[in-house]
Amino acid sequence: MRHVITALVMNEPGVLAHVANMFSARGFNIDSLVVGRTEDPQLSRMTIVVVADDRTLDQVRKQLAKIVTVVKVRDYRDTPFVSRDLMLVKLSASPRTRSEIIELASLFRGHVLDVGHNSLTVELSGEEDKLDAFIDLVRPYGIRELARTGMIAMARGGHAMSLVGEDGDGTSASAPSGTVPPLAQAGGRPVRAAAGRMPTQEELEATPPG
Amino acid sequence: MSTFTSPAGAAKGIGSARNKNQEKSGKRAPESRADGQSGDSTVDSGTGLPVLGWPTGRTDRYIGKAGAEIMLQMLVEHGVTDAFGYPGGAILPTFDQLYKKQINFILVRHEQGAGHMADGYARATGKPGIVIVTSGPGATNTVTPLATAYMDSIPMIVFSGQVRTYMIGNDAFQEADVTGITRPVTKRNYLVKNVHDLPRIINEAFIIATTGRPGPVLIDLPVDVTTSRVEQAIDDTPYLPGYKLYRTGHSRMIKQAMEVINRAERPVLYVGGGAILSDAWKEVRDLAATANIPCTTTLLGVGAFDEHDPRSLHMLGMHGSAYANYAVQESDCLIAVGARFDDRVTGNLKLFAPKAKIIHVDIDPSSISKNVKVDVPVVGDAKLCLAEMIELAEAKPRQAWFEQIASWKRQFPFSYRNDSELPKPQAIIETINQVTEGKAYFTTGVGQHQMWVAQFIRWRFPRSMITSGGLGTMGYGLPAAIGAQVGRPNDLVIDIDGDASYIMTAMELATIRQFNLPVKVAILNNRFQGMVRQWQQLFYGGRFSNSEMVNPDFAAMAESFGIRGMRCGRKEDVRKTVEAMIQHPGPCVVDFLCETAENVYPMVPSGKGLHEMELGLLASAPPNSGRELGSLA
Repeated sequence: MRHVITALVMNEPGVLAHVANMFSARGFNIDSLVVGRTEDPQLSRMTIVVVADDRTLDQVRKQLAKIVTVVKVRDYRDTPFVSRDLMLVKLSASPRTRSEIIELASLFRGHVLDVGHNSLTVELSGEEDKLDAFIDLVRPYGIRELARTGMIAMARGGHAMSLVGEDGDGTSASAPSGTVPPLAQAGGRPVRAAAGRMPTQEELEATPPG
Repeated sequence: MSTFTSPAGAAKGIGSARNKNQEKSGKRAPESRADGQSGDSTVDSGTGLPVLGWPTGRTDRYIGKAGAEIMLQMLVEHGVTDAFGYPGGAILPTFDQLYKKQINFILVRHEQGAGHMADGYARATGKPGIVIVTSGPGATNTVTPLATAYMDSIPMIVFSGQVRTYMIGNDAFQEADVTGITRPVTKRNYLVKNVHDLPRIINEAFIIATTGRPGPVLIDLPVDVTTSRVEQAIDDTPYLPGYKLYRTGHSRMIKQAMEVINRAERPVLYVGGGAILSDAWKEVRDLAATANIPCTTTLLGVGAFDEHDPRSLHMLGMHGSAYANYAVQESDCLIAVGARFDDRVTGNLKLFAPKAKIIHVDIDPSSISKNVKVDVPVVGDAKLCLAEMIELAEAKPRQAWFEQIASWKRQFPFSYRNDSELPKPQAIIETINQVTEGKAYFTTGVGQHQMWVAQFIRWRFPRSMITSGGLGTMGYGLPAAIGAQVGRPNDLVIDIDGDASYIMTAMELATIRQFNLPVKVAILNNRFQGMVRQWQQLFYGGRFSNSEMVNPDFAAMAESFGIRGMRCGRKEDVRKTVEAMIQHPGPCVVDFLCETAENVYPMVPSGKGLHEMELGLLASAPPNSGRELGSLA
């Protein structure tokens, strides 16, 4: 099954190589891996789509969290999330077919970025399925070039992934929502639970409800 | 004659060395973690992240100093007293600082040796091993030791030289992409591009190498970083936002684990190297005693539980004891402590411990449910978690279970027949065990001899077994013994090696000679790569492809290095040779010519379950040896 994982990582050389290398060394399959800057110049955000069963997904998440330069990890197995993929596609377009393609693109809420004598470049963003559907429709016109960014994703609701407020290895049970609870801000530092620390994902999963 | 430091005195290294050093530098000394739970002073109570125990922050104390000078100063501040390595062009600025002899530096003959020495040093003392090598080949030669240390979670820091920052990427002389090459075999590695980052990085390196699940760290130092000077106040505070440290276990999990344990009728403790790394042998002993549970250890865990204790099941796994393997397969509750369910321990995973609820105490969350689905995970430091678990333990008689185990022990002790013309390797190891009473640091290479050492030494003291478990690095024994001897100068250190393993790194005899280290080497010379020969005999139709060795006269070879060399090929001479070796005040190499056609048993063939092990001669006839060790119970 395809799973989406996001990771906040330290913005420094070698981190991408480390993550990519960990995936190949442990035999995990990456569908796509996107990395880019965040609101914090010291952090980058990776969105990784992996094909894995639940147990492998656990290992992927834990192995990612183990890398010292990876700051936070979460997966979206049980969380509603929004996702987007961006595509640029250059199509063969004669004067006769040009308007048909433009019509299709606008049906898909795409934009025409460039028009040539025999070509048309369309920008399209959305969920991966939508992009796949568009590619299917325009294939008969002739795809000259195609580039996709790969998926980026974010949880629905106020839940945010940042340096404070969430446990490190992607366990989300401790912080109820995106804003840090007032208690946790005492002295400007997150305060640990009375039990010594927050439970890890595996501890939570192994605990019967109640 | 050497003595042996009691286990309680051993392995407080990290805390005690640092304390000692801070008294010197007048800094606030942290409490040693060995003092118990108050050891949390190594952790920031707010963030849960490790702290160094002395103030860090923006400081002008580095101003005017060059990188190499800062490096040496900080090594001393971090309690480093010994280091291993080899010079070369790109690391010469650092070696110029070593000329001041602030730390004891061991010049090796090959950088691989330096790495294994630092590793053996770390395993014997608990302090991180320090390696200083040059760029390019110097650094790439440390890859095998890094991988060895990474697999076995050993704290180690390698400083490698690098070409000048502006030449990086130009294929300069002795340039290699060392951070790229070592990334998969280090817990963290750094390429320092500016001397202003160096103090922070060194502080981070010590924290990463020695805390949590320990591991090796590499710091790549371009020449212009070690030579240029700090010109302004800099911040040396470690910045580790992604570093998560688990210390105490979660109370709910501990409660749940103890409910399962207290209910169990046939529990087994399965203790790995993590218990030794976290100095948890006292807690292991107390849990086994308080809750009345039999205890088996992995290859890296031997010594964490006194094998003279009647609850000891000795080592488990592919070449473990039959009674440990049967006990695991029959148990209804398996309590893993600092162990990772390696394939050499579990055999066929589908057949492993089929009746058991599995409790896993480990500091590394990624170890949990990696190979075996765990029922009750307890993530945290073994020492702290076990201490809490003991509080909830109930003593249960479990008479039927202990009777069953005693019967397996009587039926299937480790055994061999001493019936060949040449001495059997097991007999030599038994003799070493008798003469030393197990009071020594033992190192090994990898193969048959390593398994026999694990089987026939009666392990009583934590850290006394120093062996490459996960990676299985042949050639580890001699340099590791040198490292252990440097860290434990007053103790007896014996490398029990195979002939093929030994000769892989035998050039380090010159290091032994140069630094007058009283290391003893017992080579079990069967003129074969014994384990390869065993597999070829059992699984490849007796086609001994490239496993036979033509060896030099190891005694004469040692003598040529200026080291006492002896040779022994007669059974009746074994005991007096072992005694002569141990009584010799300096280094000594003994070439024991021993029987070739001897296999290690029990053996779980790969793909089979632990209970499907082949017992060797135990299966056919009653054993006629092993009795020198009593019933092993």
